[in-house]
Amino acid sequence: MKVKLIKLAHARSGDKGDTANVGLIALREESYSILVREVTAARVKEHFKGICKGEVERFELPNLGALNFLLHGSLGGGGTLSLMTDAQGKTFSTALLRMEIDVTDDEAMKLGA
Amino acid sequence: MKTKIRIAAGQGFWGDLPDAPVRQVEEGPIDYLMLDYLAEVTMSIMQKQKARDPKAGYARDFVPLMKRILPACVERDIKVTANAGGVNVEGCAAAVRDVARELDLSGKLKIGIVTGDDILDQIDELLARGIELRNMETDEPLATVRDRIQSANVYLGAAPIVEALNKGARIVITGRATDTGLTLAPMIHEFGWAADDWNRLAAGTIAGHIIECGAQCSGGNCQYEWQSVPNLANVGFPIVEATPDGTFVITKHEGTGGWVIIPSIKEQLVYEMGDPHEYITPDCVADFTTVRLEYEGRDRVRVFGIEGRPATDSFKVSISYSAGYKAVGTLVYSWPDAYDKAQAADRILRGRLDRLGLKFDQILTEFVGVNATHGPLAGLPSPDLPEVQLRVGVRGNDRNAIERFTKELAPLILTGPPGVTGFAGGRPKVEEIVAYWPALMPKQEIVPRVDLIDA
Repeated sequence: MKVKLIKLAHARSGDKGDTANVGLIALREESYSILVREVTAARVKEHFKGICKGEVERFELPNLGALNFLLHGSLGGGGTLSLMTDAQGKTFSTALLRMEIDVTDDEAMKLGA
Repeated sequence: MKTKIRIAAGQGFWGDLPDAPVRQVEEGPIDYLMLDYLAEVTMSIMQKQKARDPKAGYARDFVPLMKRILPACVERDIKVTANAGGVNVEGCAAAVRDVARELDLSGKLKIGIVTGDDILDQIDELLARGIELRNMETDEPLATVRDRIQSANVYLGAAPIVEALNKGARIVITGRATDTGLTLAPMIHEFGWAADDWNRLAAGTIAGHIIECGAQCSGGNCQYEWQSVPNLANVGFPIVEATPDGTFVITKHEGTGGWVIIPSIKEQLVYEMGDPHEYITPDCVADFTTVRLEYEGRDRVRVFGIEGRPATDSFKVSISYSAGYKAVGTLVYSWPDAYDKAQAADRILRGRLDRLGLKFDQILTEFVGVNATHGPLAGLPSPDLPEVQLRVGVRGNDRNAIERFTKELAPLILTGPPGVTGFAGGRPKVEEIVAYWPALMPKQEIVPRVDLIDA
């Protein structure tokens, strides 16, 4: 079944020039492997279609139960050049938490979904 | 040697809660107060201030802050590390010295001055020697914007701050020093860590990263169960309790609001993260995939296991350059058909801008209440939206075109769709854009300088 990422994870995002970073953190340790399986760089790139114009890179932090994504070319030039309300990518965190991912019935039950 | 020191963060950015550093000093025991003043383009603002007034060019609020806390710092042996010096570190230090004298603290403290970061006057000579200072993001050589450069500063690390502390400085004022260096330096000074003790240097660096955004690790901007964060009105700013072995505890003063919990620390750890295996500072390369966290009590998270690697041969350089102009204006449209009206107004505005033949490098329309934060991910809005804010921004090199744009918004009130308001602020301001140019340069080109003056 499908669940929204916000059921499994919390997140914080920020900027480095025209690149937004989103750190996605499993709410419970056992959900980390689901994030690794489902929230691939390709899925994130697809999710941010029309927003992220460059590549998406993904890094794994099993020690924190977290994934870090770099969304290149996402901030309208970045920094002071950007005309965007969110030139610093602060709300990319919750934008990612809108994503729907597939979980097994067993996983869904454990999540209380 | 001390077996534990407490380093408190006084602010997360220049403009953060004005009383936070005072409260860090007054509301519990600390040994060091760390203050980060410099955002990426702050230096260019300071260069402009200094051009107008040779005595300016530093973070002016630092001086009245010192006036408030210096007596307590002297009495309770608290030291301060701050990159408040901007592009006039000596001027900032002289102003603090004057304040100390006013407070009758003459002879009771030394002020450390760290300089050598400002390379604005050396740019041509560096370029001539083949140091291209290419933009780390776009790979363009600096020569393309040479005539528009406004400031150029190397990010110095902990080493010169340590030197100042070792020489007996109570207040260390720097120009462009890394915020992590301001936290790491007291640890190196107190615990005598070696310059190649990479694991401990990485630990101190990560401690600095956790507290450098102030309360963003202690309950502020905390997405995890945000409704449950206690008493943010009285939020406590973070404190690192560092020990000689390189492990540390993040905490805050007792009785303050907010919380220090593992999820709040994790959120700050991933903030503005690039490749977590390589967090590069002038002092070391820290590996965030080695960080371990555990609870050590209420509002106490212990951080351990951190590993690091040797520092690189380069300093990062922060260059700012003039990059044209921009203006952003807004109008608010109300029910019914709020979104439709805002969209219609945008089409009318763009039609007029076209007819005027105005050229912009970029024009961006956002509808606040519909898509300004999550774009298309937000989906279609309810047809019953109570209001929508139209927000239009333009950017370009032709100041006159931008200026003209600012005169086209207000007329929409009488010449566009109905149900519009929200123009009390007048015409939007034309802003000069000062953009950021990150680059690398060989470390051996830079000789940081450390001076001490007596108050």
